[in-house]
Amino acid sequence: MTRVERGGEAADALVRDLYPHTGRAHLIGMTGPPGAGKSTLVTALAQTLRRRGETLGIVAVDPSSPFTGGALLGDRVRMRDLYEDDGVFIRSMASRGRLGGLSLATADVAKLLDAAGFDRVIIETVGTGQAEVDIATLAHTTIVIEAPGMGDDIQSIKAGVLEIADILVVNKADLPFAANTVRALHAMLSLGQTGSQMHHGRLMTQPAIATMHGWKPPIVETVASQSKGVDKLADAIDAHRDYLRQSDGWAQRESQRSRQEVREQLQLRLIERLAGDDYERLIDAVTQREISPVEAAERLLKAYRERKS
Amino acid sequence: MNDTPIRVLIAKPGLDGHDRGAKVIARMLRDAGMEVIYTGLRQTPTMIARTALQEDVDVVGLSILSGAHTTLVPRVMSALADNDLTDIPVFLGGIIPDEDVVSMKANGVWEVFGPGSSMQVIAEAIRSAVRP
Repeated sequence: MTRVERGGEAADALVRDLYPHTGRAHLIGMTGPPGAGKSTLVTALAQTLRRRGETLGIVAVDPSSPFTGGALLGDRVRMRDLYEDDGVFIRSMASRGRLGGLSLATADVAKLLDAAGFDRVIIETVGTGQAEVDIATLAHTTIVIEAPGMGDDIQSIKAGVLEIADILVVNKADLPFAANTVRALHAMLSLGQTGSQMHHGRLMTQPAIATMHGWKPPIVETVASQSKGVDKLADAIDAHRDYLRQSDGWAQRESQRSRQEVREQLQLRLIERLAGDDYERLIDAVTQREISPVEAAERLLKAYRERKS
Repeated sequence: MNDTPIRVLIAKPGLDGHDRGAKVIARMLRDAGMEVIYTGLRQTPTMIARTALQEDVDVVGLSILSGAHTTLVPRVMSALADNDLTDIPVFLGGIIPDEDVVSMKANGVWEVFGPGSSMQVIAEAIRSAVRP
């Protein structure tokens, strides 16, 4: 895992050799705002799935400081009860300021767990930005976790969140305003389904496909700290997986993910190959408004083609 | 040049419940550019070794204020050895009497940083130990 995180030729070779052995595991993304109780819920869910005889990989992703490059990876603190279970592997990852490559690195770590034979891989991220949304498109099943009192108004629950969720969880459901949160989510969901023919980009495509075929994201209420509602969550996850497999949704998600991964790898590698003095010079020229960004890109591509011949 | 961040495990073995020092070190090492896996309280030697293995850490830091270091540290070192992790430097923080430092090192501990150790010294020491 350290090797694939670091990247480079050794990592590429490793992934290349392993790739044919991936595709079996059910990838589950779990995201939500800080304080919603994600890690506690992941732990409770893991225990439930273990009781049902499954093995699990858990990847917990946290942001790196953009200033120091360091990170405090503390999700494990709440997963203490899983430490001595041989059927659970937990890996903490930092975002490392990767240029759009966080979802690639996370995908590679998930591939290792998949190839190693774990039944499910849970990828836990803090849902605050584009990177986290990209990670969500890695998963077969995306779960968004909200908690009451974190902004229950329809306006404050981010629209983007609903677009990626296959399952919505209201954790800390024993708190006073939980019912409001559930109601608000129901309202937003019904708006989304009747109103939206708009696709805001590839992110809408997966759940939109599911919606067209008939998957209505359920809202599951949990109290993770007391393991309440977690059985229902596990059932909903199984239901979604079964739905994907029966409806060809699984194949569609695999295809979407493959497309996204190849595209991101292309972007990364192309820029790596084009980097250099010319690259910087052209960017300066764009900044000075001597040439347009499109022209800079075309010149770089031209120079690359010529270099190759 | 190696710009992959150093990964550090900070754990509190045993029943000691005072974690402020461990959290201070964890934050300081993060500010020094390291990735700190902080596992919190009540870690058994087995749990520490399994975490070190899964997270592939470069350094392990144990915080012990309870005086139980004489029993706990050898057990942790042994659990690490069981998992083939003997090349990971292990440092101690907390309350370790001077007269015990020698026996700790005899157990394989790399360094002991007592209360009042400079944060900068600790970070630098870790960097040199991991990337000589």
